[in-house]
Amino acid sequence: MNNGIRIQQISKSYGSVQALEALSIDIAPGELFGLIGPDGAGKTTLFRILVTLLLADAGSATVCGLDVVRDYKALRQRIGYMPGRFSLYQDLTVEENLNFFATLFKTSLQENYALIRDIYERLEPFKHRKAGKLSGGMKQKLALCCALIHKPDVLFLDEPTTGVDPVSRVEFWDMLERLRNQGITILVSTPYMDEAARCNRIALMREGRCLSIDTPEHIRQAFSDVLIAVHGTPMYPLLLELRRYPGVHSCFSFGDAHHLTISQSQAQAQGTATFIEKLKIRLTEQGFSDISIKTIPPGIEDCFMALEEQPAGI
Amino acid sequence: MPIVLIVLFGYAITTEIRRAPIAVLDMDHSEISGKITACLDASDYFDLAYEVRNIGEAQQLFREGKIRMAVVIPDKYASASHPQGAIQLLADASDPNEATQLTAYATAIITQWAAANRLPRPQLDTDQTIALYGAPQGIRADVLLLYNPQMLGAYNFVPGVMGLILILICAMMTSVGIVREKETGTMEVLLVSPVKPIYIILAKVTPYLVISMVNIATILLLARFLLGVPIAGSLALLIFLSLLYTLVALCLGILISTIADSQQAAMLISSMALMLPVMLLSGMIFPIENMPDILQWVSNIVPAKWYISAVKDVMIKGLGFSAIQKELGILALMVLVLVAISVKRFKIRL
Repeated sequence: MNNGIRIQQISKSYGSVQALEALSIDIAPGELFGLIGPDGAGKTTLFRILVTLLLADAGSATVCGLDVVRDYKALRQRIGYMPGRFSLYQDLTVEENLNFFATLFKTSLQENYALIRDIYERLEPFKHRKAGKLSGGMKQKLALCCALIHKPDVLFLDEPTTGVDPVSRVEFWDMLERLRNQGITILVSTPYMDEAARCNRIALMREGRCLSIDTPEHIRQAFSDVLIAVHGTPMYPLLLELRRYPGVHSCFSFGDAHHLTISQSQAQAQGTATFIEKLKIRLTEQGFSDISIKTIPPGIEDCFMALEEQPAGI
Repeated sequence: MPIVLIVLFGYAITTEIRRAPIAVLDMDHSEISGKITACLDASDYFDLAYEVRNIGEAQQLFREGKIRMAVVIPDKYASASHPQGAIQLLADASDPNEATQLTAYATAIITQWAAANRLPRPQLDTDQTIALYGAPQGIRADVLLLYNPQMLGAYNFVPGVMGLILILICAMMTSVGIVREKETGTMEVLLVSPVKPIYIILAKVTPYLVISMVNIATILLLARFLLGVPIAGSLALLIFLSLLYTLVALCLGILISTIADSQQAAMLISSMALMLPVMLLSGMIFPIENMPDILQWVSNIVPAKWYISAVKDVMIKGLGFSAIQKELGILALMVLVLVAISVKRFKIRL
């Protein structure tokens, strides 16, 4: 079964805004592929082109070996799409929504029940509740059920975990992994970098371009600089101070700590341990308290930040 | 909504005449002229508000808006030696519909009274002081009203309301219904499914078609039994005509939905592009014959104009299929053109 996705030199612009710029990605059959990027990176546009809802300005794409423009009718039978916004009928109940979508695809809830059983079992207690009255996580599970009801070969999930609580997010990704194990190719987008680790491969996207396509492991390994997490109070003056400090390549705020990178040459010249010692003394002199400094392994978000720093086109 | 509109138009926004103030200039002072005056006053339609001594006074009252019609009975009207003397009716034709009605009522009353008293048919002179389309002074008008002898407003507005309601419900609801799907994002999912666009359109249109059929039935029942408007022609033809018109409206709705991106825009376009032309250019409120040429020309593309005229032909005049062939043909043509445009414009993508 050839249910891979091939994207070749796809470009799309809205007026003067370039949403996608000559984007090329190859996704293997049965892969769980993540599009990682902030809002406005062009993820939704790419999804809409792939599910035949939008026409690209240039380039071509095939899904399951079918051209997204020419063979759109055949393709619509084989893909499941879950838009970023909750797009079910809010005034229909859970059960009615499922039956409606089953009818649209000329199938029934029973026919492909095996595929959605795991997910549907959690929804079953609420099956007479209106879809609009479900919690965020429940809505997404229902939407996933609806997208799966016709046993698609490829599943497109546009930001399925946005606005969902952390526990439900983990559950949701568990479900995706199970679906992947059944041979369904899944393309999923997310603005949450921590979810990237659960994909087979990811594409880091920004402003319509791919910064990097690789497995999460490789992307992390490709991070060449030394990464140091610095915590202290007050936080904001600390950030400014760190950015001024000699030898610091970049510094970003990451929740309760600042992540700073020092360039390879700096680290070799004086050793990371010495650098940390000197920094600690300096910060204490400056009057910061609760200081903790340690080296950490890079996360996807650090990689993204580092890639973003690089000049475009590399 | 149809019930409210029917009752509202039927009772509140009435164009019928009730106790219109009139003035009488009686230069004859005979028994007969007195009886004519009394007869007019006794009718439900008129209220003898003033008796004036000369035509200047009557004109003054017109200008002040105190009277809506003046009756001039010439000197020696009743004497046998001047049989050709005519009663003159002066009406304020700044509201032409009303002026026509007033003179028609008065003519009818006077003629009836004369007939009842075995007097020779009196000659009446209808004149409209602010003549928009009235006959110039001196021409003897022998007014004969066809189809709606009492000039009941219902005869005019029932077809009008049918034209309005059908286009509102069908076009506005259809367009809003489809655009709502776009807004909530459900259209996105529908389009990605293998369902053909024509089924989406049909599914959206069918409920409103049913609702419109119920509305037509409601209006006809109310018109027949509450307002006493007869259905003179064939009911089947009337329903067929209404179905055709409903189709035009549904197609218009689909067309609007392909243009509008939000429910508000759909509502706005529907009301601006449909409701106003239907109200103003269909002949429902203002007679098309009174309009400037350019507006008369524009009114030809308003489907309601053809529908209302055909409904009047069938419902009020009781004419058959051959009389409304032209209207049916034009409506059918509109359906074809609109279906072609909307199917072409309906996006299979976003």
